[in-house]
Amino acid sequence: MTQTDTRVGPATAGPAPGRARPFWTTRRRDQLTGYLFITPQLLGSAVFVILPLVLVVWYSLHEWNVLAGTFDFVGTDNYQALADDPNLGAVLRATGLFSVGLVVLNLGLALLLAVLLNQKLRGTILFRTLFFSPVVVSLVAWTIVWGFLLQDNGGLNSLLDTVGIDGPNWLRGEGTAMVSVIVVQVFKNVGLNMVLFLAALQGVPAELYEAAQVDGASRLRQFWRITVPLISPTIMLTSIITVVGSLQVFAQIAVLTQGGPGTSTTVLVYYLYQQAFQFHHFGYGATLSIVLFAIVLALTVLQWQMRKRWVFHES
Amino acid sequence: MRAGKALRGVAVALAGALALTACGGGGESADSGPAKLRMTVWSANEAHLKLFNEIADEYRKNHPDVAEIKFDPLPFDNYTTTLTTQIAGGNAPDLAWVFENSAPDFVASGALQPLDDTLKKAEGYQYEDLSPATLKLWQNDGKLYAYPFSTSPFGVFVNTDMVKKAGQKTPAELIAAGQWTWDNALATAAAAGAKSGKAGLVIRDFDYKGWDNLSTFWTGWGAQAWSEDGKTCGFNSPEMVEAMTTLHKATFTQKALPGPGTTADFFAGDSAMTVTQISRASLLKDGGFGWDLVPLPAGPKGNYAVVGQAGLGVMKKSPHAKQAADFLAFFTNPTNSAKLAQFFPPPRQSQLTAETLAKTNPKLKPEQLQKVVIDGITNGVVKPNHAGQAELSQQVRAGLDPLWQPNADIKAVLDGVCAKIQPLLAK
Repeated sequence: MTQTDTRVGPATAGPAPGRARPFWTTRRRDQLTGYLFITPQLLGSAVFVILPLVLVVWYSLHEWNVLAGTFDFVGTDNYQALADDPNLGAVLRATGLFSVGLVVLNLGLALLLAVLLNQKLRGTILFRTLFFSPVVVSLVAWTIVWGFLLQDNGGLNSLLDTVGIDGPNWLRGEGTAMVSVIVVQVFKNVGLNMVLFLAALQGVPAELYEAAQVDGASRLRQFWRITVPLISPTIMLTSIITVVGSLQVFAQIAVLTQGGPGTSTTVLVYYLYQQAFQFHHFGYGATLSIVLFAIVLALTVLQWQMRKRWVFHES
Repeated sequence: MRAGKALRGVAVALAGALALTACGGGGESADSGPAKLRMTVWSANEAHLKLFNEIADEYRKNHPDVAEIKFDPLPFDNYTTTLTTQIAGGNAPDLAWVFENSAPDFVASGALQPLDDTLKKAEGYQYEDLSPATLKLWQNDGKLYAYPFSTSPFGVFVNTDMVKKAGQKTPAELIAAGQWTWDNALATAAAAGAKSGKAGLVIRDFDYKGWDNLSTFWTGWGAQAWSEDGKTCGFNSPEMVEAMTTLHKATFTQKALPGPGTTADFFAGDSAMTVTQISRASLLKDGGFGWDLVPLPAGPKGNYAVVGQAGLGVMKKSPHAKQAADFLAFFTNPTNSAKLAQFFPPPRQSQLTAETLAKTNPKLKPEQLQKVVIDGITNGVVKPNHAGQAELSQQVRAGLDPLWQPNADIKAVLDGVCAKIQPLLAK
C-alpha cells in the first residue's frame, strides 16, 4: 500500500539531479517487464523441475526409510548397489527392447500412413481423423480397454477363434507380453507422428517429383532421393520425441503386465517405481532415476550430433 | 507509459499472491485448535463407512478436542504403496489400517505408536479379552503396535445352483459324508464349470499375481512359503512341489480353475466356487443364486484354516497421536467391537461365539459361523508375511510366472523361486 512510483524516484530523490540519466530507462523497464512475465513459469520450473532434479541427486546419496522416518547419508553405497543389482541387466534389456521396438514400429507405421494419406483420394480426411483419434484418448483408459482385449478369453482371441486360430495368452507369455505392450503404445501414438510427417510431406515441392519423373526415376527412387532427405528434419524430431517417450513408459506397463511375466516387461521407470514406492528403497530409486536421466541425455546428445550427418537441411 | 502500467499490475499481482501464500502457510501450521483426525481404510463400502462415521460421531459428542474424524478410503490394490507415499510426502494419516503382509514392516520400523498403555487404561476396555493368537503378528518386544480389528478366516463360497445343475454333490453333502477334500472339491468345480460354461473354482485376489492367497491351498499339504523364523525358503519343499503340482493339473488339465488372464467374479455368478475371506459375504446379493459357505477342504495333511488379518494403528508422526490413540480405544471397545463384528471378525474372545456373531451376520448360519469363523480364528495360520514383504512378494511373483504355462517344469520353477528369494530371506 505504501508502494512508491519508481519512475519518479530518481527525478525527485536522485543524488545528482538534473544531469543524471534516470535509472528506469525504457530498456530496463522492458527487461523487468519481460522477467516479471516469465516469473510464474520460471518459479514453476524451479519448484517442480529443477529443485526435484537436485533433490534426486541428494536422495541418491542417502538410505531413506520412509516407514522408520530415517534418512542416513550412505555416500556412494546406492551406486555400488547398482553394480551389484542382479535384476538391472534384465531391466535394461527390457527397456532397450521396448525402445527399439517402439521407435522402429512407430516411425515406420507413421511414415507409411502419412505417405498413404498424402494421396489425393476420397476419404483420406476420415482416415486421418481415425488414426489421430487415439492420441486424444486418455492413456489409462486406452490401456485398460486393450487389457480386456488381450486377455486369454478377450476380444482379440475370440476374433482369432472365429477364423480357427488359437491365439496365445498375449499378456502372460514371455515373448508376447512385450510385443503386446509395444503394439498398444504404437497404436496410441502413431497418429501424432503421422500428422507431423504429413505436414512435412506436404511441404515437399511438387516440381521436384515432376523433374524426377521427367528424368525417369521410379516411385521408390523418388521416395528415397527426394522425400526422405526433405523430411529428414521431421524424422529427426519425431525420433527424438519417440525415443525419449519410450524411455518414460510407465502407465501401460503398470496396467497391462506389472512388469511380468517374470521380469520380461520390467522397464527402467517401472523398476524404479517398484524400488522406491513399493519396496521403500527411495535412495536406490533416486539412483535409478539418475541412470535414466543419463541414458536420456546421452541418447539425445547422440541424436543431435548425428543430425549433421543425415539431416538434409535445417531451417 | 503502457509498460509502466503493466509493470505495476504485475507487481501488485505478485505481492497479492505472496500475501495469500503467507496466510495459507500460517493457517496450516497453527496447531492450537481442536484436532482433525484422518484414518486411511481400504474399504469404500458404504455400509462400512456409515458405521465408522456413526461411531466417530458418538465419540465426538464427548470429546470437544476432536473437531473432525475423517475416514479416507484408498484403493485396495495399491493401498500400502499409497499409504507409504503419503507418509514419505509428509502427509501421514493419524490412524491407518495395515494389511497382514505389511505388518512386520510397519510393526518393526517404529512407524506406529505402541498402544498397550492407552488400551489397558481405557475405561471398560477389557484388554484381557483380546485373543492372544490374534495379537501375535502386531507385537514387537512385548508391545502392541496395532489392534487386529479384523481376523477374517478363508472359506469356500459355493454357488449351489451351479453345482446341483452339474449333478454333483454339494459341498455340504460332501462334508456330511466326510468327503470334503481338495480332490473332490476340484472335481466338483471342474464339473460345474464344464456344465455351465463358466469358471469352476476361483482363488479370489490370486489372479496369478497375488500368490500369497495360494496359502489357502498349499497349507493343506503342510507347505509354507518360508520357515517359521523366516530364514529358509519353503517353495522347493516336497510338500510345496506336491501342492503346486495338484494346482497346476487342476488348472491346465482338469480345468477346475480358470487359467491366467481370465477374470471370473463369483459374486457376479461367474464361477461355481471361490476361496475368499468371510468378510466378503457382504458382496452377496439377495435373490441372486443359491449359495453356501463351507470351510476349506481337507488337504493330504487333514483339516486346516488360514486367516487374513488387518490391523489398526496410530502413526507416530501424527501431530495428534494422543487423541488418535484415544479414539482407537473407543473405536474398538467392547460395545463398538460388537458393532464392527458384523463386517470384521473381532479379536475379543467373549464375542467369538456363534450366537453373538449371528446377531450381526444375518447372511450366515450359526454352524457356518462356528465352523468357518470361530474355528478358523482359533486354529488358523496367518497368510505369509515377512519383513520386506513387498520386495519378496515381487520376486516370488516373477519367479512363479513360468509355472503358469501348460508345460511348466514345476520343480525347476520352484527351485528358481528359492534361488531368487533366499538371499532376501537371509538378510
